[in-house]
Amino acid sequence: MVYHSSLSLSDLFSRKRKDETADAGAHWPVYPTKALPKFLANLSARSQRLLLDLGPVVGTNVTFFGEELGCKIHVEDVFKDIDRHVNEDKLDVLPSFLGTRFAQEDGSVDGILCWDIFDYLDKASAQVLARELIRMLRPDGVLFALFNIVEAATKAPPGFTRYVVADRQNLQYRPYRSARGKQRPLTPRDIQRLFEPLHISEQFLLKNNLREVLFRKPSIEKTTAEGKPASHRAAD
Amino acid sequence: MWKRDEAVKPTGPASPASPATPATPAQQTQASTPAQPEPRRHQMMERDVVNIGKSVVIKGELNGSEDLTIEGHVEGKIELRDHVLTIGPNGKIKAQVFAKAVIVLGEVNGNVTATEKVDIRDGGSVDGDIISPRVAIAEGAHFRGSVDMQRKGGQPSQSKADNAQVSRSSASNVGSQPVAAH
Repeated sequence: MVYHSSLSLSDLFSRKRKDETADAGAHWPVYPTKALPKFLANLSARSQRLLLDLGPVVGTNVTFFGEELGCKIHVEDVFKDIDRHVNEDKLDVLPSFLGTRFAQEDGSVDGILCWDIFDYLDKASAQVLARELIRMLRPDGVLFALFNIVEAATKAPPGFTRYVVADRQNLQYRPYRSARGKQRPLTPRDIQRLFEPLHISEQFLLKNNLREVLFRKPSIEKTTAEGKPASHRAAD
Repeated sequence: MWKRDEAVKPTGPASPASPATPATPAQQTQASTPAQPEPRRHQMMERDVVNIGKSVVIKGELNGSEDLTIEGHVEGKIELRDHVLTIGPNGKIKAQVFAKAVIVLGEVNGNVTATEKVDIRDGGSVDGDIISPRVAIAEGAHFRGSVDMQRKGGQPSQSKADNAQVSRSSASNVGSQPVAAH
């Protein structure tokens, strides 16, 4: 192999490192997503959008949402909070922590990316977090969440998943170690109750045993016109 | 004597490398190829990038009109409106930062505003809000705050090409079934 004489050894190593970085995520599985395009479509119609991402910081996601939607993104890694509480053996205070965790004002957020955070929470923490998310979500705002539908294998080491947006239709799943594993899966009814008064605008059952759900907060007109939220009417 | 003097003079026009451009490895390589004497090249590099060493602590406002690398501690405000600011691995910043481009390998505590790009590298940490049209956060970097990427007049996003790097080889393995909303 002949290299150009002007290249130094460090250039060659840096090139090798770049190649390795580019390939780093290549071996993780990529799965189609049905709810994400609808989530994006909902947000595209708005201006001055604010997006809240509860997942770990993923550079490509920040770039994707920032450039695709031109919105402001708040990254609040709740997965890290769960890990910290488990490691410090303070899971009993997790609900109260989540109750004061978010500084965002009421009705200030246009879209929330929950990923699969609710799979890792106990009932009390899940209720507090859901209440906080509903509080922050703007009327007509959307919330994207994933729920596991099968019991996690007990022998599997606990782990979270980084969901990396490959494009509008595909998500790459990158698992990583954590202190807490998935909890008992929530039933569709549990999910609906947990997020009331949000209503489920889209729901997809994936072949990889995940349920993708897109929630929408009823607009003020819908809520006030008939005296109760749209989701209640649907349930009736 | 005359001959020797002529030999050390550059034969062509002055190097096209702009002082405002950060010295990337490729540019450094290019710069080394013309017959430029070694001491002069060093002088140019010294002029292009200024270093604030590990032991330096600055409290107050830092303004500049050249690229800057910080390895020390800075508290207050940093303004390099048309230049590149690099926070080295040892750098610790507790300040509002304004620059053309910001590369973070150390720690930043404060809001970062860049007119071109913010790049948080592996091991870099930012606690604060970022405003920049382009933001890159490496895996292994720490970030807590918000990112505001003002879209430039609806231009096609460059991220689509970047995101295409993610392998889609197994995308066809798993499908999805729509379920009626309850």
